[in-house]
Amino acid sequence: MSIFMTLVIALKALSRNKMRTMLTMLGMIIGVGAVITMVALGKGAQSTIEEQVKAAGTNLITVMAGNFTQGGVRQGGGMSTTLTPEDAEALRQLPGVQYLAAGVNSRAQLVAGNQNWSSQIQGTDVELPLIRNWPAKYGSFFTSQDVQSAAKVCVLGQTVADNLFGPDADPTGQIIRIKNQPFKVLGVMAPKGSTGFGQDQDDAVYVPYTTVQKKLQGIQHINQIQISAETPETAPVSAAISEALRARHKLMGSDPDDFMVRTQEEMASVRTETTKTMTTLLAAIAGVSLLVGGIGIMNIMLVSVTERTREIGLRMAIGARGKDVLMQFLVEAVVLSLFGGLLGIAMGYGLSAAAEKFLEWPTSIPPNAIGMAFGFAAGTGVFFGFYPAKKAAGLDPIEALRFE
Amino acid sequence: MAPVIQIRDLVKTYHVGEVTVRALRGANLDVEPGEFVSVTGPSGSGKSTLMHILGCLDRPTSGTYILDGKDVSRMSKDELAIIRNRKIGFVFQGFNLLSRTTALDNVELPMLYNGAEKLKTAERHERAMEALKAVGLGDRFHHFPNQLSGGQQQRVAIARALVSRPTILLADEPTGNLDTRTSIEVMDIFQRLNAERGITVLLITHEMDIAEHGTRLVRFRDGRIQIDQKVAKRRNAAEELAALPPPEPEVPFLPSDEAPVEHHGGVV
Repeated sequence: MSIFMTLVIALKALSRNKMRTMLTMLGMIIGVGAVITMVALGKGAQSTIEEQVKAAGTNLITVMAGNFTQGGVRQGGGMSTTLTPEDAEALRQLPGVQYLAAGVNSRAQLVAGNQNWSSQIQGTDVELPLIRNWPAKYGSFFTSQDVQSAAKVCVLGQTVADNLFGPDADPTGQIIRIKNQPFKVLGVMAPKGSTGFGQDQDDAVYVPYTTVQKKLQGIQHINQIQISAETPETAPVSAAISEALRARHKLMGSDPDDFMVRTQEEMASVRTETTKTMTTLLAAIAGVSLLVGGIGIMNIMLVSVTERTREIGLRMAIGARGKDVLMQFLVEAVVLSLFGGLLGIAMGYGLSAAAEKFLEWPTSIPPNAIGMAFGFAAGTGVFFGFYPAKKAAGLDPIEALRFE
Repeated sequence: MAPVIQIRDLVKTYHVGEVTVRALRGANLDVEPGEFVSVTGPSGSGKSTLMHILGCLDRPTSGTYILDGKDVSRMSKDELAIIRNRKIGFVFQGFNLLSRTTALDNVELPMLYNGAEKLKTAERHERAMEALKAVGLGDRFHHFPNQLSGGQQQRVAIARALVSRPTILLADEPTGNLDTRTSIEVMDIFQRLNAERGITVLLITHEMDIAEHGTRLVRFRDGRIQIDQKVAKRRNAAEELAALPPPEPEVPFLPSDEAPVEHHGGVV
């Protein structure tokens, strides 16, 4: 019998028991639908991270003082006192370094008139807006003159400006107090939103790092250096930075680094990995429902073979070979799973669109997921349909014809 | 003329648990083309086993079976399936029609398994209609089995057996589920097919009056042929029908005693 005839026969057979066919397919629909939706949500999250990384600039390198893996009392990044402004100046000379800004971090209560707000004080250098590709919304960033003289000037992040002066106000020229010292507001940075790690980048005050060192903390060292490389190829630059710092800090062969060099790419890849793991986990759970759907198909096909024993006997008596009967039941199972798979793909699209619209979760369905879901559905049909079909094909026609 | 069926020393033994059943103990039979052979015998005499082997549903333990010049006793399962499709037409006691499937589709069924001569849909319809007309059901082709009386269902089954133009027609207790009048109607169809088309008929029955519609009577006993003789006074179904009182008006949609093959989501 031709495959086309077998297909026609399978379709007719399935259409004769619509309710059962629908219920059996439901297992496949839910399984495939769940897999597609989960993959869509995972891929959506991944591409959001990738966009954020692109927006932040893929050529960023951060050098932090101290090292998590240093012996003795372990301190977090940025806590060691070994990194100096001279180190920063030395790194500026390295090939591949485009912009560079030394940084000192602090935290303080900010006061403006009768408003106050606790925020991060980021002592930095004039090139920070260039490194981060970040323009000012009002006013302007401080100058190298301000850095040299450790001037009491500051540039506010949008969140800080909102909290101290109210939204939409231009606080340029106003005075805020940090640790009881007056700072002149030079401007407000354009809002940048949160980082890939959920940190509000607008909740900070930017002041010359020399000012933080001398006027707020009384220290000589710096916490970090932010660098932008000339190209997104950051690996050789970060290697050169490590080498230069080890030489400057007189670290011998096996001495551990007393600093950490992190590229934006590395940080992003950590998050991408996390999301990938989550996606795989969710897809695996969804895959279990695909398996359950397959078992449902096998169950129904077994019932069907038993019910149709005499029919099978008759078909054999009038000339059906074992493989004709096998094909008939196998094609029925595959048609069930493939139709289920198709509807499941439609459901996956629907659910993803709904998640995007109502939950505002980014989704993206990779084309190969469609192919894979379809392939898996067909595979499930063949795998779970084979045993019942084999059982039908192996029936003895005499016994089958006598079956009551 | 060469015999259409030739069996020699046919032996069939089964093992049911530890018991060995010797269903056939050396049967010999020659059937010439155009014969109408009635096979009778008490239950357990081996006539059903003979029928299964003659119908190529089973293979003998030893002995040879030559059907239409071909030794089929040692053929593989798949080869036997092809022989069943091309050379044998089955008529069963229980009709074995597919339910929820029209008479026409039921009759077309054997042609779907006819691998060698691929028939177009139109040809299949034509041949199925021809077979249905031959059994007098040309106007009922679109009916479902549950809309036909028992006799009509059996006639659909005969049409199904005829449609692949078989060498022999094997009927296993075809009147077992039918009343007297319908039984004679069915025998009338067999006699006409035998006489007009020269189809070789093998009829298995335990009713003597039904068996006497054949030209030759073979009686089985204990796995061997006990009697093999010409029917002395052959019954003529057409004359019998004429002698019977006129039939009661036919009631369509009457469900028969025997349910058709249960056909859940079935095929064709």
